[in-house]
Amino acid sequence: MEKERNYTLKIWRQPNAQSKGEFKTYEVKNISTGTSFLEMLDILNEELTLKGEDPVYFDHDCREGICGMCSLFINGRPHGPDEEVTVCQMHMRMFEDGSTITIEPWRARAFPVIKDLVVDRSAFDRIIQAGGFISVNTGVTTDANAILISKENADLAMDAAACIGCGACVAACKNASAMLFVSAKVSQLALLPQGQSERKRRALAMVEQMDKEGFGACTNTGACSAECPKGIDLSNIARLNREYFTASVS
Amino acid sequence: MGWFTKLINSSLGRKLLMSLTGLFLITFLVIHLIGNTAIFKGDDGLAFNAYAKFMSTNPLIHTVSYLLYAGIILHVIIAITLYFRNKSSRPVGYDKLNARANSSWESRNMTLLGLLILAFLFIHLKDFWWQYKYHGGYEFQIDADGNRDIYALVIEQFKTPFALVSYLIGLIALFFHLKHGFWSAFQTLGLDHKKYTPLIKALGLLYAILVPLGFASMPVYVYFFK
Repeated sequence: MEKERNYTLKIWRQPNAQSKGEFKTYEVKNISTGTSFLEMLDILNEELTLKGEDPVYFDHDCREGICGMCSLFINGRPHGPDEEVTVCQMHMRMFEDGSTITIEPWRARAFPVIKDLVVDRSAFDRIIQAGGFISVNTGVTTDANAILISKENADLAMDAAACIGCGACVAACKNASAMLFVSAKVSQLALLPQGQSERKRRALAMVEQMDKEGFGACTNTGACSAECPKGIDLSNIARLNREYFTASVS
Repeated sequence: MGWFTKLINSSLGRKLLMSLTGLFLITFLVIHLIGNTAIFKGDDGLAFNAYAKFMSTNPLIHTVSYLLYAGIILHVIIAITLYFRNKSSRPVGYDKLNARANSSWESRNMTLLGLLILAFLFIHLKDFWWQYKYHGGYEFQIDADGNRDIYALVIEQFKTPFALVSYLIGLIALFFHLKHGFWSAFQTLGLDHKKYTPLIKALGLLYAILVPLGFASMPVYVYFFK
């Protein structure tokens, strides 16, 4: 078994939304390389709790990389240095023994800090409420293959639907733009027959809400897609542009 | 009209205007470059002076030139509004940021590059356009064909190290601006396709290299070889 590792953690601590906040430094010792990043924070928090200190608050839920709750900005990148994984799926072997790890919350006007590393991402919920849905009649389950969908569109819609709404795109973007998130949510429905009836309304309403929440505009840097734990493609942003412009002029 | 104001006030609408004015300026650059190659003709500027006269007197060109001024001004003003809007979207920045890991330098610095190009544009317009169109103080000679000799002014200007350096800096900024801007304009318009996007990206890179290189060849040619 590989040697256990020690780290210096530089963590953003902020008691509440109104307070100023500052970095605090902690040492964690004897961390095995197979420990996940969040487990490493659990170890730190246990020590802090035993010492009677306030544990570090961070968002997490499934720890399987599918819920989109974990949201840490680690060493200058959302979800840390590993490719296409969320923080919970990243292991401590990604970090060299003795290194300093800087942990910050997502930074965006639309994602205010609630406490420490926890941010309020309800702006995403309000964008979904504005139009990220389809209206269907409840009742008997319809036959799964009653509506034919081309393989290409089914795949593209599925790829877009992989978005877990974690907000890494916003965190990575120099403009704190939510374009990748919104484009994935618009795309997954615009590509399918079930999404057609509300298609125009959806694109207009979701973009309007996105702007209202205070996210920035898109500069096409591609940082969002490069940092997305689900690898959502930039072509979705082009599709959102198309959807929005055609909906606006027609 | 409600839909129109809504469109141009949205972040996507602003970007649409950036894209359309950008593409318009991209087409202008090619025409400007092709016309200016008259400088290499070796006829002591007769062709170049005739071209300059045509450009300043033709009524169609005259009309288009106002569109061009409007295009540049719009591109700059919207860029500034977007810059401040985008800045305000992240009031508290990161302590440690590794942007290099996910995006190109030029894509993150389009505003800076744009400002460099704008500064260059002021120098460039003051050098020639202001003198030729608004009699900025330079006494033009008349060439053998009876046209005002702007060619002589070009030679005089480009013989100064300041012009050489400022033009090269401006054109390097233009290279980086176009390297990101060309493809980005298509992406913003929603013109993305798995068959054609690689072609647009390749064309954009080729354009970003060839056009500034073509322009740079002029001050370099005059400074070192005339």
